[in-house]
Amino acid sequence: MITRQPVNRLWDAGALTKVVLTVALLLSAYPVYYMFIMATRTNDDALDTPPPMLPGGNLGENVERLLSTEDAYFLTGLVNSAIVATTVTVSVVLISTLAGFAFAKLRFRGSKILLGTILVTMMVPLQQMGIVPLYELMVTLGWTGKLQAVILPFLVNGFGVFMMTQYASQAVPDELVEAARVDGASTLGIYRRVILPALRPGMAVLALLVFMQTWNEFMWPLIVLLPENPVVQTSIAALNQAHGTDYVMLFTGTAASVLPLFVVFVLFGRQIVGGLMEGAVKA
Amino acid sequence: MTLQLATPPRHASPKRARPGRRMSRFDLRGMPYLLVSPYFLLFAVFGIFPLLYTFWLSLYDAELAGDREFAGLSNYAKLIVDADFWNAVFNTVGIFVPATVPQIILALLLANALNKRLRGRLFWRLGVLLPMVTSVVAVAVVFSQLYSRDYGLFNWILGLVGIEPIAWQNEKWSSWIAIATMVDWRWTGYNAIILLAAMQTIPKDLYEAAAIDGASPRRQFWQITLPMLRPTIVFVVFISTIGGLTLFTEPVMFEGEQIMTGGTTGQYQTVAMFIVEQAFRGSFQIGYASAAAWLLFVLILFGTMINYWFTRRIGGAR
Repeated sequence: MITRQPVNRLWDAGALTKVVLTVALLLSAYPVYYMFIMATRTNDDALDTPPPMLPGGNLGENVERLLSTEDAYFLTGLVNSAIVATTVTVSVVLISTLAGFAFAKLRFRGSKILLGTILVTMMVPLQQMGIVPLYELMVTLGWTGKLQAVILPFLVNGFGVFMMTQYASQAVPDELVEAARVDGASTLGIYRRVILPALRPGMAVLALLVFMQTWNEFMWPLIVLLPENPVVQTSIAALNQAHGTDYVMLFTGTAASVLPLFVVFVLFGRQIVGGLMEGAVKA
Repeated sequence: MTLQLATPPRHASPKRARPGRRMSRFDLRGMPYLLVSPYFLLFAVFGIFPLLYTFWLSLYDAELAGDREFAGLSNYAKLIVDADFWNAVFNTVGIFVPATVPQIILALLLANALNKRLRGRLFWRLGVLLPMVTSVVAVAVVFSQLYSRDYGLFNWILGLVGIEPIAWQNEKWSSWIAIATMVDWRWTGYNAIILLAAMQTIPKDLYEAAAIDGASPRRQFWQITLPMLRPTIVFVVFISTIGGLTLFTEPVMFEGEQIMTGGTTGQYQTVAMFIVEQAFRGSFQIGYASAAAWLLFVLILFGTMINYWFTRRIGGAR
């Protein structure tokens, strides 16, 4: 072991660093904590200042009231969001690995231009810009109010293709693809037996990010879905509009809507951080 | 799909019969296009078509499910003198600045702290990422409550130092701050993680050399860290610009009712809200809304260029 001289003190976490991080952590956590506390309280408690810091015993009653508030269709919203987010996630990951494989490992005319098109259009807010034509398209197809109306537009995810292209070009050596070719494997065979296994960690991260993103969508579902068949975010917006003064019920719904994301975060936090950091360096 | 993943990944079996000549020709030439086609088909239908159709619509005097009549550039001409549109642009920029500038500065500070030798690294990183996992609607509901006039935490804290309760919804400046903090809160940690990743790619030798030359940690930050981070800062600012100028969910939830007016006098109506209001609330002027959508795009291009120019100067070669 060689000790470097002189040691650069820059890397030691001093008292200031610890204070900064602790404050940041408290600021990050407090609104989330407050949300869960409110979900266990009564509406009288909700008006206390300062707000209550400890959980109360009212969670069961709040959940009951939430589920029996018919005009919010909260359970329907929760189930719909699960269906939409899962379908979008599986499809985007599949579409992105297919395209990423082609862009990273296969030679074909126009591949640079096609990839460039994806990169450029990633910077265009397609959903906001195209909201009127998208709506008219759904009317023409007879899809307004139906879940496919909020599934199909979200399958256009340039970020996924870009990420899988990056991942494939680094995770799969060209020699491996060549060797498989010499062995007589078809392109699809290479995709199945060489590419997919190598991409698996990247696919997992992409899946988590796409799931969170889709679960979060608000503007488009608000426009195209009907109140009686909502996704979870528009259901909360309906709660907020019609029952905004029933604070604890609103917060119970809100807490329930982020719970699936938090479960994913707790289970796969390490992979999410790793994936974000890897993606950032490659970008 | 998932079943295929379970097949042994090692080698393609050499015993497989070679496919016919013609097949393998198609396999080499045509298959790549087939592989990228699902994305581009969806992209054409749900990406490019709406974009172009929006432009076409913007040239028409059109109502949702109603008559349409060619109107040339008159929608744009009307928009340019529409005080409500400019109010929305003003609000959007007014929210964007306090939603982005503190966010990037705090993210840099946080990334720098996370980059130190620390125990429990993953714990701290997950901690700052927690807001990103909270959905935007949830953030807006929680913050709207924290900003409530009579029972909110913020007014209570201000009351401790003798400041009268603020009706955050009522004024431009206060509603802008309320909405901006929702954005700041949700995205600062995410950007810190992205910046941290970039910081870790900076060779440590640079700092060693600087330390030997007697450069203080602060000087090292300004002279090494910041310039080396410039591409990542450009990227982060870029993403924030697109997100910030299309802001919708936070102000809509802050308003509570889904009428898109952004407060009684439009004090926090953003451009995205303006577009939705024109097209889907009340008047259903889809031609007019489409023109506004294209002007929003111009605003984004403009904003991106300004930010790019500005960010390039950060820690620039002096």
